[in-house]
Amino acid sequence: MRSVTGKPSKFDAFVDKLKKESPIHIAKRMDAPKWFPIVIRIAAVVAAFLICAVVTAFFEPNAFGTFFVEMFRGTFGTERRVINLFWETAILLLIALAVTPAFKMKFWNIGAEGQVLIGALMSATCIYYLGGKMSEGGLIVLCLLASVVGSAIWTLIPALFKAKWNTNETLFTLMLNYIATALISLVITVWVKSGSGVVGIMEHGHLPLLGDQPYVLNILIVALITVLVWVYLRFSKHGYELSVVGESINTAKYIGISVPKVIIRTMILSGALCGIAGWLLVNGASYTINTSLAGGRGFTAILVSWLAHFDPLVMVITAFLVAFMGRGAAQVSTIANIGGSFADIVTAVFFFVVIASEFFVNYKVKISFAHLKKDKGEEKSSESLDKQASSAENDEAEAAPDSDSSEAPDDVVASEDKEVTE
Amino acid sequence: MFWTFLTSTIKFSTLFLYGSVGETITEKSGHLNLGIPGIMCMGAIGGCYGVRSYIDSLGSLSQMSGFAVVLVGMICAFLFAALGGLIFSFFTVTLRCNQNITGLTITTFGVALNSLMLSKLDTRGFYEAGTLFAKGIVDANTTDGLVKVLFSHSALVYIAIAIAIITAIVIKRTRVGLNLRAVGENPATADAAGISVGRYRYFATLIGSGIAGLGGLFFIMDYLTGSVEYGIDTYGWLAVALVIFTVWKPNWAILGSILFAALYNASIYLNLSFTEREIIKMLPYIVTVLVLIITSIFGRKSVQPPAALGTSYFREER
Repeated sequence: MRSVTGKPSKFDAFVDKLKKESPIHIAKRMDAPKWFPIVIRIAAVVAAFLICAVVTAFFEPNAFGTFFVEMFRGTFGTERRVINLFWETAILLLIALAVTPAFKMKFWNIGAEGQVLIGALMSATCIYYLGGKMSEGGLIVLCLLASVVGSAIWTLIPALFKAKWNTNETLFTLMLNYIATALISLVITVWVKSGSGVVGIMEHGHLPLLGDQPYVLNILIVALITVLVWVYLRFSKHGYELSVVGESINTAKYIGISVPKVIIRTMILSGALCGIAGWLLVNGASYTINTSLAGGRGFTAILVSWLAHFDPLVMVITAFLVAFMGRGAAQVSTIANIGGSFADIVTAVFFFVVIASEFFVNYKVKISFAHLKKDKGEEKSSESLDKQASSAENDEAEAAPDSDSSEAPDDVVASEDKEVTE
Repeated sequence: MFWTFLTSTIKFSTLFLYGSVGETITEKSGHLNLGIPGIMCMGAIGGCYGVRSYIDSLGSLSQMSGFAVVLVGMICAFLFAALGGLIFSFFTVTLRCNQNITGLTITTFGVALNSLMLSKLDTRGFYEAGTLFAKGIVDANTTDGLVKVLFSHSALVYIAIAIAIITAIVIKRTRVGLNLRAVGENPATADAAGISVGRYRYFATLIGSGIAGLGGLFFIMDYLTGSVEYGIDTYGWLAVALVIFTVWKPNWAILGSILFAALYNASIYLNLSFTEREIIKMLPYIVTVLVLIITSIFGRKSVQPPAALGTSYFREER
């Protein structure tokens, strides 16, 4: 058997690696105090704001100062804007809650956009065909049921294939987004014969207004769901099982958890929550249906959930921040006359900075040039000696892949053989 | 009619071909880059600004040389799109972030940047540049039949097919390709065998993104002959779908992209109702899902996604 790279032996490769070793060392942060991640994250958010302001100034030189003022004016300026901000937070939060159980299970469901759209479509269908023919209360409940069931079934499709044949769920759910979008366009062409593609405001099935304000009931519903999901993930047996599956499928199998069952159950829950989101969007917010109803929130929610480390209560904060950035930046772009898509750019830059900050929460970076000096051995600080020792250990661990791997060890060995003989 | 349909289909397919070949190279290294639509947009931005500065450097539009404008456009598109790939690799390899999260953010960023930057761009002379981009070996209007289908295309079309074939050979037949596949299938093993996982992933993503970026350039300058009004993002997702549809084989992507483009074009050429058009638009995604399902059920190893697709590799965390 020849080695894959054609190098004479692993030992030589190891020596080469030592020679080429970079002066930057990255190690997992083990001993950080509790306040440390919080400080880093707050710093990241502040930095993100500053960077976004600089980006704004790049497009519109006079807008640097305006940025901060308009960010707040766009979000807290009027009572209406405050409610809009909280509604945006709520809907993002709900979709983020929907994807969270799946993500904890390491099931990369990026189909929330489509799942929400299917929920919305089911609700709109009920309103379109039954609106006015039954009581309003009954219609709203029927819409809710249809949304939840429709969305759950839609989500069940990739889950079944993942559970049975291990079909790649990321790609599958991604494709389903566009099928769902096309499905809505399709239904709209059936409903609107003129081909304009606009359904218009539907008269029936509106959720009641609380205190004459829109969205208040929606926000309360989402608050309730947040608590329920938190309890489910934190205290229920189901929540425990899905996090075991996420950590290690082999462990889950070993302690007698049926992995396919957990995958299917969790995805049904995920779909049902997306269905509720679609229902709220149709019955409680826009009263119509179109392909941009979810408006990319299905994707943004993934970021919201991930940034919160899949903790429903932290998600309230991250969802709020993201909604704040989006709404505020939209206002900035209107005032500074930059252009509609500018809000997305600011949001993306914000995400970049915050995502990058996670690295500094989890890892520490040390820069040492000691091992690059010519006379090795004597000039080395004890620190870099330790490092070499640890990298030597790493290499040994690589030579014997079944020593302490948390993944399936058999898998590694088998595919190693495959790679070499290929 | 038929020949015209076939010709325009092949032309349109080039957009998907660039995107999917670029994404295939990236995915072979184990990087699931969901930022491809954004990166294609970034390629379009780079290409357009490159063409802009080239036009500005000339005294008058009549001095514009077809070779130079295509070359400048391609280089700028490649570099700017590769910058998107660099951001992706920096986040996923160096900063060890989640690939899905990073990719989606890049898509948001690139698509928004595209519509903003291009709306601010001065497009005088773009139509003339676009005609130079779209110039075929033979004139499409005066020829017909097989000659038209095969020889009436512009340089970017043939370059796309050449890139697809070269990529297929490199991945299948060379040591670099073998190492790349090893990194995508089992990074831990590749690392143990002395292959630098990070370096392969960086370079695969950079090159792949650059190639995908050429698709953005093609769409604006060639397909739309210099009109900057339409977004690329929906086509970008079709390019991602095409990677799955062609089971990670760039040479098959040539035929696959023609099929996808034919489906898209059919709704224009056949006299269909609105509803039928929507069904046809849905078809590429549905067949992609079917391919994904079928390969996972009856999957031989050669038609599976790279085993480590979407997972980051850190030596310490095995």
